[in-house]
Amino acid sequence: MKESLDPRINRTDLNVDAIEPLEELDQFQTFEVFHQEKRGQQHIHVGIVHAPNPDMALLYAKEQYARRGKTVNLWVVASNHVFATDYMDDDIFSTTPEKIHRDPATYKVMDKINEYKKRVNA
Amino acid sequence: MDFFNDEHVAAAKDLLYKMADDQLIIGHRNSEWTGLGPILEEDIAFSSMAQDKLGQSEHLYNLLHELGEADADTVAFTRNANQFHSCHLVELPIGEYDFSLVRHFLFDMAEFIRFEMLVNSSYENLALIARKFKGEIKYHTMHANTWVQQLAKGNEESKARMQSALNETWPLALGIFEEGKYDKVLKEAGIFEGEAALRDAWLAQVTPLLEKAGLSIPQNAEPVYGGRYGNHTDHLQPLLDEMTEVYSIDPTADW
Repeated sequence: MKESLDPRINRTDLNVDAIEPLEELDQFQTFEVFHQEKRGQQHIHVGIVHAPNPDMALLYAKEQYARRGKTVNLWVVASNHVFATDYMDDDIFSTTPEKIHRDPATYKVMDKINEYKKRVNA
Repeated sequence: MDFFNDEHVAAAKDLLYKMADDQLIIGHRNSEWTGLGPILEEDIAFSSMAQDKLGQSEHLYNLLHELGEADADTVAFTRNANQFHSCHLVELPIGEYDFSLVRHFLFDMAEFIRFEMLVNSSYENLALIARKFKGEIKYHTMHANTWVQQLAKGNEESKARMQSALNETWPLALGIFEEGKYDKVLKEAGIFEGEAALRDAWLAQVTPLLEKAGLSIPQNAEPVYGGRYGNHTDHLQPLLDEMTEVYSIDPTADW
């Protein structure tokens, strides 16, 4: 008799040696989980769950990813329904960080705004 | 609510005890699956719901405390089996997953309807708790029903297991609705419509779901009564001994 690490298993007095190993089962598919904190906000990807179908994926998404804090809505999407770019092609993004003209934080407009406010209030 | 007389207080206590004891015992039973669930996600979900049940029972024990009973921990951890008002359904060992799932389905459907009924109770503090936990218990019924539908339509083995679990649990589930000593008083005081009304509402909701799953409800089942009056199976006392093992070492310890 093998000793299990779990005392509850040992208490059941199973004859572990006599149990025939099961055939390896197919794994459940995975679903991507998207979490919405407030109505109107975007759903944000938070991780995956294993489940045999969307209904059960939603059940598990609730306990895995809506355990704390606020939630108003969850989405699940079968992982194989997600289409992605190829990491081989990630060079298509290589010059993007240099395009600071697309980053609003790089524009210095406060002076102009203050000047405008002054003019309007005058 | 201002209780009109002592009988109303006794009636409210009786109702609170059966609800809280059911939740405490099934919560403890279901927590025995922690670490042993069929897949990680289900293990987490089932354990979380077991924890929810303990939380719900604590709120009800606190109401009992307001009505003059000892504090929640003392009430939960220092009584013997014959002082518990829980039904036999909740105290039986977890068995295999089919048994635990069908028990979870039948019990939580009843619990959900009971809380829906209590939302408008004249006993305001109980109505507040019913409103607070209705959503939490609704998830428990969604979880239970999704599993029941899934497994009852799975394959021959899963269907046979669900049917046999239903045959075993059905008479026990009818025992949830054992007539209470104070059902008439509760109804007259507007606190709760009573176990018979709950059973009828439960049958009306559970029957179509089981039919949809293709399961047959056992006919002429004899309800298993006794739990509400302190008569229990031999399974309850060992559960209480295990549940209170740590508490009993030092009941005054601050956790």
